[in-house]
Amino acid sequence: MSDSVPLTTDRPGQVASATPPAPGRSRRLSDRGLAVAFISPALLLLLAMSVFPLLWALYLSFTDYSATRGGPANFVWFGNYTAILTSAQVHTRALTTLIYVVGAVGLQTVLGFGIAYLISRRTHGRGVLTTLFLVPMMLSPVVVGLFWRFMLDAQFGVVNSMLGSLGLGQVEWLTRQRTALLSLIVVDTWQWTPFIMLIALAGLTAVPKYLYEAASIDRASEWFKFRTITLPLVWPLLLIAVMFRAIEAFRLFDLVYILTNGGPGVSTETLSFHIYKVAFLGFNTGTASAYGILMVLVVIVLTQLYLRYLNKLKEG
Amino acid sequence: MAVSVDEAVSTGPARDHTPPARRLGSRGRSVLEVALLTVLAVVMLFPVLWMIETSIKENRDVYAIPAKFFDFKVTLDHYKDVFVDPGGGRSALSVSFLNSVVVAGVSTVLATVLGVPAAWAYSRFAVKAKKDQLFFILSTRFMPPVVVVIPIFLMYRQVGLIDNKLGLILIYAAFNVPFTIWMMKGFVDEVPAEYEDAAMLDGYTRLQAFRRFTLPLLVPGIAATAVFALIFSWNEFVFATFLTSSDDVRTAPPAIAGLIGGTTTDWGLVAAASVVFALPVLVFAYLVRKHLIAGVTLGAVRR
Repeated sequence: MSDSVPLTTDRPGQVASATPPAPGRSRRLSDRGLAVAFISPALLLLLAMSVFPLLWALYLSFTDYSATRGGPANFVWFGNYTAILTSAQVHTRALTTLIYVVGAVGLQTVLGFGIAYLISRRTHGRGVLTTLFLVPMMLSPVVVGLFWRFMLDAQFGVVNSMLGSLGLGQVEWLTRQRTALLSLIVVDTWQWTPFIMLIALAGLTAVPKYLYEAASIDRASEWFKFRTITLPLVWPLLLIAVMFRAIEAFRLFDLVYILTNGGPGVSTETLSFHIYKVAFLGFNTGTASAYGILMVLVVIVLTQLYLRYLNKLKEG
Repeated sequence: MAVSVDEAVSTGPARDHTPPARRLGSRGRSVLEVALLTVLAVVMLFPVLWMIETSIKENRDVYAIPAKFFDFKVTLDHYKDVFVDPGGGRSALSVSFLNSVVVAGVSTVLATVLGVPAAWAYSRFAVKAKKDQLFFILSTRFMPPVVVVIPIFLMYRQVGLIDNKLGLILIYAAFNVPFTIWMMKGFVDEVPAEYEDAAMLDGYTRLQAFRRFTLPLLVPGIAATAVFALIFSWNEFVFATFLTSSDDVRTAPPAIAGLIGGTTTDWGLVAAASVVFALPVLVFAYLVRKHLIAGVTLGAVRR
């Protein structure tokens, strides 16, 4: 991206120097007009549908406004923020979200990279294998959530049925505190392992063959080759995939909503799900807005890290 | 995990021994790898196969304990229920599918019409603080939907867009524009700017040069980008469930999720509806498989 920027920006100037100056200048001016005309509609839509709502949420976050009670909004300034940051409930949700993000993204990374590594070593049927592995990723979280809910059902779920035929005990996957969070992690891993796999595979197939050949001549072991050639070359791309997944996992809502509805108790309530409860079941719009703004701040920091890194990688 | 175990087992002897032993070791390793891949593929695909199987089972067999894998009666009743109401006429689900087609289709067209010219302008012109603008655009896509939906809900309530297809179309377009711009900028960057310069030397204006020379080259890229935008809108759940409520407006994801509301759930119907819902996505995803990496990373990673 970045290496093409100077090229394209210099170009009009160079062309203009080859033609008489007057039309050149007017064309440059019209270029600017064209750029504004082409970019501003898209930016306006984003301002109206993303920035303005967030600013409104920022305003509401300083008030005690409630969407159902109506009436005027009284300023409480940072009251909502201190209430949230000191709330034990919120701390529990933050911990749940952290366990979920680390568990799910960690598992996905290990499995996704493992599968990609195995596929990259095949010479035949790579395309078919990749396509088959990618199916879960393309499904809607609704379909994924519903279907796993059916498969993990304690009574007639196929998972317990298989455990039973293996002589193992039945597990109440979605109705016990610990297993419910584990189930959430497993389902998310099932859906998003292909994502890591896809990107890791791109990195693995881009590693030049001659490096391995040179290492083979030196009779380097497979493990040595993996550690000194494969991993360092694939790592940057893999990190992008991991960061991307971490941001997505941090804001997870739909899978929780469908699979466990936050239960049992509050054991699978993520931050997103808690905001939904505060806003749409508790009707504390002001508090929910402050909560949301805090979450947005975290997302912005994570996104900035991600984009910085992405940019560095593209320049390097 | 799997990789390192595999490595540790098979390379130990291979390193110290003579070439024949090494070849044997590598063959054993190869078999092990294929077996491992097969197991993983089965685990990944089983839920999908089980969904398809459930959708063609009779209700009796759907709830059978232990689960029936092969010896069940095939029926297409669940698929009929997806489209036809038991009392005759169209079912609520089939209406929601139509709504999904309209909402996803129109929002994709809108995002493409707004995003493609913007991507071209960002690629070709010196725009002030271009990098910052592009980063800002992409970060709007990372906002948590649950947070955005609160002010959007209040905003829509003011202007009467709650439970309205136009409301969904607008918010989906806003979520797809950042993706379209990033994805298309990659495609535009691949078309040499010299084509336009040459056309302009021939007397075309910049706009004509874009329309007559660059745009035709971008068509495959636009198609791929639009397909991804279509998939994102089609699969979206959070906005759909909070901003719509009536059967005439609701899109398929909340409608399918609504099937599990009551005391008993017709899992055969859920499975059939899910299959009908997921099939177009899989077909479309297969069509754009070449651009899958760029698509799923919102245009950030390209090969």
